[in-house]
Amino acid sequence: MNETANGIVLRSRGLTKTFGKGDGLVRAVDEVDLDVATAETVAIMGPSGCGKSTLLHLAGGLERPSGGEVTLAGNRLDQMGERALARLRRTAIGFVFQAFHLIDELTARENVELPALLAGSSPRAARRRATELLDRVGLADRAAFLPAALSGGQRQRVAIARALSNDPLVVLADEPTGNLDSAATLEVLRLFDDLRSTGQTLVIVTHDSRIAATADRLISMRDGVFVDETRLSGGTRGNLSALAGLEG
Amino acid sequence: MGRILLVCRLAVRDLRHRPASAALLLLAIATAATTLTLGLALQGTTSRPYDTTRAATAGPDVVAQVIPPGPSASPPADVGALEQLTRVSGVDGHSGPYPFTFAALRAGGHQAGALVEGRDQGMASVDQPDLIQGSWIRPGAVVIERAFADALGVHAGDRVTLNGRSFVVSGVAVTAAIPPYPDICFFGCDLSTTALSGTEPGLIWLTQADARSLATAAEPLNYVLNLKLANPADANAFVNAYESAHPAMSAPFLISWQAMSAEDGRLVSNEERVLTIGSWLLGLLAIASVAVLVGGRMAELTRRVGLLKAVGSTPSLVATVLLAEHLVLALVAAGIGLLAGWLCAPLLTNPGAGLIGVPGAPPITLDTIGLVVAVALGVAVAATFIPAVRAARTSTVRALADSARAPRRRAWLVAISSRLPVPLLLGLRFAARRPRRMVLSVATIAITATGIVAVLMVHARSDQSLGAGSGLDNPQNDRLNQVLLVISVALLVRAAVNAILITWATMLDARHSSALARALGATPQQVTIGLSSAQVLPALIGALLGIPGGIGLVAAVGHGETLTIPPSWWLIVTVLAITAGVAAITMVPAWLGTRHPAAEILQSELA
Repeated sequence: MNETANGIVLRSRGLTKTFGKGDGLVRAVDEVDLDVATAETVAIMGPSGCGKSTLLHLAGGLERPSGGEVTLAGNRLDQMGERALARLRRTAIGFVFQAFHLIDELTARENVELPALLAGSSPRAARRRATELLDRVGLADRAAFLPAALSGGQRQRVAIARALSNDPLVVLADEPTGNLDSAATLEVLRLFDDLRSTGQTLVIVTHDSRIAATADRLISMRDGVFVDETRLSGGTRGNLSALAGLEG
Repeated sequence: MGRILLVCRLAVRDLRHRPASAALLLLAIATAATTLTLGLALQGTTSRPYDTTRAATAGPDVVAQVIPPGPSASPPADVGALEQLTRVSGVDGHSGPYPFTFAALRAGGHQAGALVEGRDQGMASVDQPDLIQGSWIRPGAVVIERAFADALGVHAGDRVTLNGRSFVVSGVAVTAAIPPYPDICFFGCDLSTTALSGTEPGLIWLTQADARSLATAAEPLNYVLNLKLANPADANAFVNAYESAHPAMSAPFLISWQAMSAEDGRLVSNEERVLTIGSWLLGLLAIASVAVLVGGRMAELTRRVGLLKAVGSTPSLVATVLLAEHLVLALVAAGIGLLAGWLCAPLLTNPGAGLIGVPGAPPITLDTIGLVVAVALGVAVAATFIPAVRAARTSTVRALADSARAPRRRAWLVAISSRLPVPLLLGLRFAARRPRRMVLSVATIAITATGIVAVLMVHARSDQSLGAGSGLDNPQNDRLNQVLLVISVALLVRAAVNAILITWATMLDARHSSALARALGATPQQVTIGLSSAQVLPALIGALLGIPGGIGLVAAVGHGETLTIPPSWWLIVTVLAITAGVAAITMVPAWLGTRHPAAEILQSELA
């Protein structure tokens, strides 16, 4: 936990992921060094296929690196077994996916309480936490709705609530507004801004510059490597609608 | 013509595109067809060995017996009545009357009853037993009927005792005048001695003097006469006419050669019954297999239907293609089943040592072919008709867009599952997504358990059957046990294949959910156990349903026979073993399913 104490919650060194062999070898992530401080919001931008999502999966222990190291809260993910990785994912990481990945047959509340149940919380505690989180994302009145009855923005807010279920050290969001229209994008932006204001560490992969503009730091990625890094000051507070293109 | 060609081409291409699935379908239907063929082919298959034995032994057309009219101290059997029979019109020749009685036998460490028949040392013109080993009788030397000798484990040269007197076994022979051990009392044996009445007696030939010397007050002499008729085909009419003219109880009791042939045919009646029932059970399991395979391919089928419709196919063409490929498979499977059944039948129809000759491959009648093909086609149609119609009725746009049917929601199951440990939480939710598949799982295991319980009941019955206490092998039980073993193994293999198929289909269906669960922190072990437990719960329900199912099945086919319920612990062990077996065999496909990286699945599938 030293790195957390030093302010670094997520760190990678020489992180590499390759696919294929020989002539078909693709270096999706190529010796990437990354430090994410506690309470920091980092946006990673780049064109499709540049390795953003793979980097996020490596950072969340969903994929094994081909080389290098990745450390989360002092734990070397690249050296951990599947069971330990699962335990870390359930306690320290929250995922938000572009495609929401809600379970169709579960209501919004049941989807949100699932990580808590997987972590061993009592059904009552999991339900109470899910209700709080749905209230926080403005969907208390939609708690009993199935995903099919929710709009895209609402689904993504449910997914964000689910990611927060176990108070993760870091939320990893993969193209969180990729499937949303402008109004829904604004809802999600507001939510991320709210999270940032409460000190939640966020790593957001996106190709949407409006999302990227809300971060503390913007990293540009191309062909598996970081090509540029910009520290943004002041974030977007109070100016989200303009950033989302809804206001002049 | 063009339409037929198109349907054939599309069906063949699809089958070539998925050879493993086609092979599994073929195997499922062929197994059921083979068993059904065996069951049907067994009918009357022992007639040829009986004919061979009858020819080799100058077998009688009619056998007549007389026994004393009452218990001990009553007048002796009326041998004169048998002698009069030799002069009846239509009788062309005879041997006997020969004296016979019942004696206590000890041989090879076994104790049993024996029907000892006194014969001449010379060859008889009618019913001269055909020696398989050794030589014919002489004073102090006996010949033992082959099936009985096999059960006793004695051979020519061994010694046996009859009522305490020692005899050497001079030979082993077969006859067509009486069914082989343990069925020689099919016409009834009047055993007075308690020590003998607990076992099925076997047949022993010895000299008439030795036979007479073994008679006691409790087991007096009876007599048997073997007749040749001028027209052997009229033996039944001869017997009926004689019995009508001589209704007295003391009159000779006559049996025609046709009746004996039919009795020999009944040697395989239990096997025939078991195989027929087994084939129906296997047929039901085959339907379940095909339904699972087709259901598991529904997402792929739906997309294919969308593509076919997008390029101009009509709904009926889509349904026809789907049905055609399964009907073709069913026809091929029926052919394989008929061939395999025809080749395997002699292994089960061998009538044992009591007759000579082997039945060979039984003739496959048109009725058998028709029924087997109809069942095979029925299995294919039953399992594919609904998916075919559903596929045909799916809108083109939806078919192209949809990857799978939406899962079902069972709120009460979700609520219950949240109170369970993580693996069971996942398992119950996986199972609840597809209630029809769960019902199929229950049905599959219930059918298997029904078969196993029925087998246990037959075993329990054979353990209590007459003769079992003697410690002798019962050739009929041995053969029946072989058939039961074959059916049991076939049922278990089919159920195991179905469990694996259902787990695989569940795993494919729950790919997204299980990958998401892993992303949210469930370990691969928890997901594996969850997928496996999704099959274990239906297995437990199915195994429990199999107990009344098996008892009901045996009662239904037993024609009012007394039911022998196996000991409770047999049934408990069966239920636990089936449940544990399903847990074990479903663990492997479930584990394989979690080997795929969660990120890859979530990336490739949009919710």
